[in-house]
Amino acid sequence: MEQKTRIAAEDGKQELVITREFDLPVELLFRAYVEPDIVEQWMGTKVLKLENKKHGGYQFETTDPKGNKYGFHGVIHDFTPNQKITRTFEMENTPFSVQLEFLEFEQLTEDTSKLTMHVIYRSVAQRDQVLQLPFAKGINMAHNRIQDLLSKLK
Amino acid sequence: MNLRRDVFQAIADPTRRAILLLVATQSMTAGAIAANFDTARPTVSKHLQILTECELLEQDQNGREIYYHINAKKMKEVADFIEPFRKMWDDRFNKLEAIMKKYKTKK
Repeated sequence: MEQKTRIAAEDGKQELVITREFDLPVELLFRAYVEPDIVEQWMGTKVLKLENKKHGGYQFETTDPKGNKYGFHGVIHDFTPNQKITRTFEMENTPFSVQLEFLEFEQLTEDTSKLTMHVIYRSVAQRDQVLQLPFAKGINMAHNRIQDLLSKLK
Repeated sequence: MNLRRDVFQAIADPTRRAILLLVATQSMTAGAIAANFDTARPTVSKHLQILTECELLEQDQNGREIYYHINAKKMKEVADFIEPFRKMWDDRFNKLEAIMKKYKTKK
């Protein structure tokens, strides 16, 4: 099956490129990035602040099932409706440094569009760590499940 | 799971990554591989040993020479480590698409 979301992460580089084609007009795709209530739905996060303009800023907050809160924030460097957003992104209270994101929105046809997300990290090592985050989480989850099973057997 | 972690430790080293790239297209002897690096020959041998142990490289005896070639199956497993990250974004974007399609019909 053809993959809709692609990730290009060249070895030894501190950047990666995420591309995705949508069955949506570019205007709707862009709206998903600027309207707080829509962002909340697909990102699964609370939007505390979202200023869609040059020199604007944003602040998100996610709560996990245990009630722990995780903050994310950044500043918006460049904002051109239906074309591009250039912004920084930082996970609060983590060892990860801020990252720079170039989001480009492109109209393919009247009903389809493409998003290119070019992300630059502070170092190669940091990029590789971010790439492995969901992987590590997956392993931990599997590990926890095994532990749960084992403790029930006891 | 231990084996898997070893594979990632193996590819975390730049020289070992360079070796993998080198033998990706053709089988090579240890000597031919070492000739591509400034590193001392025993160091290269050690890298080859590690890569062979975690099954990223396979050996072929050809007369008196041992040729190293890449184990494509194992390499695919490594390539898959990016898959959870890709899947995370794919899920997110699928959600975005589904939500926005509703707005499309509202118009």
